[in-house]
Amino acid sequence: MGEAIVVTSGKGGVGKTTTTANIGTALALLGKKVCLIDTDIGLRNLDVVMGLENRIIFDLVDVVQERVKTRQALVPDKRFDCLQLLPAAQTSDKSEVTPEAMKRIVAELKQEFDYILIDCPAGIEQGYKNAVAGADKAIVVTNPEKSSVRDADRIIGLLEQEDIEPPKLIVNRIRHHMVESGDMLDVDEIVSVLSIDLLGVVADDDEVIKASNSGEPVALHPNTKSSLAYRNIARRILGESVPLLSFEEKKGFMTKVKKFFGMRP
Amino acid sequence: MIANQQLITVKGTRDGLILKVDDHCAYQDVLNELKEKLSVNDLIEDDRLITVNLQLGNRYVTREQKDELKEVVRKSQNLVVGKVESNVITKEEAADWKKHAQVKPLVKVVRSGQVINVEGDLLLIGDVNPGGKIMASGNIFVMGSLRGIAHAGMEGDSHAVIAASFMQPTQLRIGDAISRAPDQDAEGVYMECGYLEKGKDKILIDRLQEVIKKRPDISSFERRMFNG
Repeated sequence: MGEAIVVTSGKGGVGKTTTTANIGTALALLGKKVCLIDTDIGLRNLDVVMGLENRIIFDLVDVVQERVKTRQALVPDKRFDCLQLLPAAQTSDKSEVTPEAMKRIVAELKQEFDYILIDCPAGIEQGYKNAVAGADKAIVVTNPEKSSVRDADRIIGLLEQEDIEPPKLIVNRIRHHMVESGDMLDVDEIVSVLSIDLLGVVADDDEVIKASNSGEPVALHPNTKSSLAYRNIARRILGESVPLLSFEEKKGFMTKVKKFFGMRP
Repeated sequence: MIANQQLITVKGTRDGLILKVDDHCAYQDVLNELKEKLSVNDLIEDDRLITVNLQLGNRYVTREQKDELKEVVRKSQNLVVGKVESNVITKEEAADWKKHAQVKPLVKVVRSGQVINVEGDLLLIGDVNPGGKIMASGNIFVMGSLRGIAHAGMEGDSHAVIAASFMQPTQLRIGDAISRAPDQDAEGVYMECGYLEKGKDKILIDRLQEVIKKRPDISSFERRMFNG
């Protein structure tokens, strides 16, 4: 019996879809059977980030309206057999899906997969309610910006009313030089306001955007900082205790190593 | 009705008149006698206003009856109604009173979009995040960071205070007064308390110790008895 995790944020553009794609990929790398569900009906992106857009035949709305079996709508990933995507419909809107239908589909997928990652649309309306309906756990993604933290706070409040475990936090797009200069909220500050457990911190990295555009989640490339962050998050989801390296420490360590080998810091 | 027995005893004090009302007779009789008694009082030629306190003893009067009694007193030229005291209140009033007199503890993080509203004092163990709102008819004590909106004395009690372990509110409201955070990024302060200065409608924030001096009766039952 698998576990369904919803990735949500309230605010748009904080990196829910990227996070979903990368955690899914990282979990698949660790040998888990993973299914990604895109619930952003009408504005689907997850397939693009995963590079699977051209393979979509059926979508979530087809499954909800029982035109096809759930299994038939799943798009297998081109890299891993154990990773599949249930894409959103692009032509309908969010009212085509109901929380009950989502519960049914997620319950069905849980029989077969270890992890079901649900990519939630922005906002707190129908789309959010659909995405959260079938979930057992939640991950809240936030950026180190006031507005984003505010919305994350709101969504955590709403998640408390649902029948799911307390959500975990991912702080995305942190820029350590801005944090150091005091122009950006630091992770401790965000965690103290939101008062939930931190699952991981992902740095703002050009590689992420590059990877998203090429349809190859960054988690596949082992030598970037953000890839490592996503892989660590996946390991934490599996229950391993991976230390949270604060960014300055990481940088300090790397600089030291580079210095040690006489490289340019 | 026994014709000659006085239902209302008038007593003069330095602060005004005290009307002691017998509590063993019908309300209508009291009303009649009151009207009669006060019509006699027209003889007073002094312009000075006299405060009248009504003591009803063990008689229960409804709100309407209370207003009626007050109206009768007010009708005569130079009388003003002070207090109407009765030893009896209804169960609902007592329950309501108790609700207002108690401290309600709450363990919770009040997040953006959430509203907490309590009768009486609120003791919140946890934070109020920006966008969150807590309201109480009495005082508010936050053991945690107050970053959202707090409204004490919801029903107009300007004596109420708002205290927090860490004070960085978006807005403080006491009774009808509202104050907001300064526009420039203000640092929060530890262990402070907001209160209303007497006669002004501006909310001041001061160290907790200072406010204790200004509101020594903050938790006393007597204050609640008279202020609701």
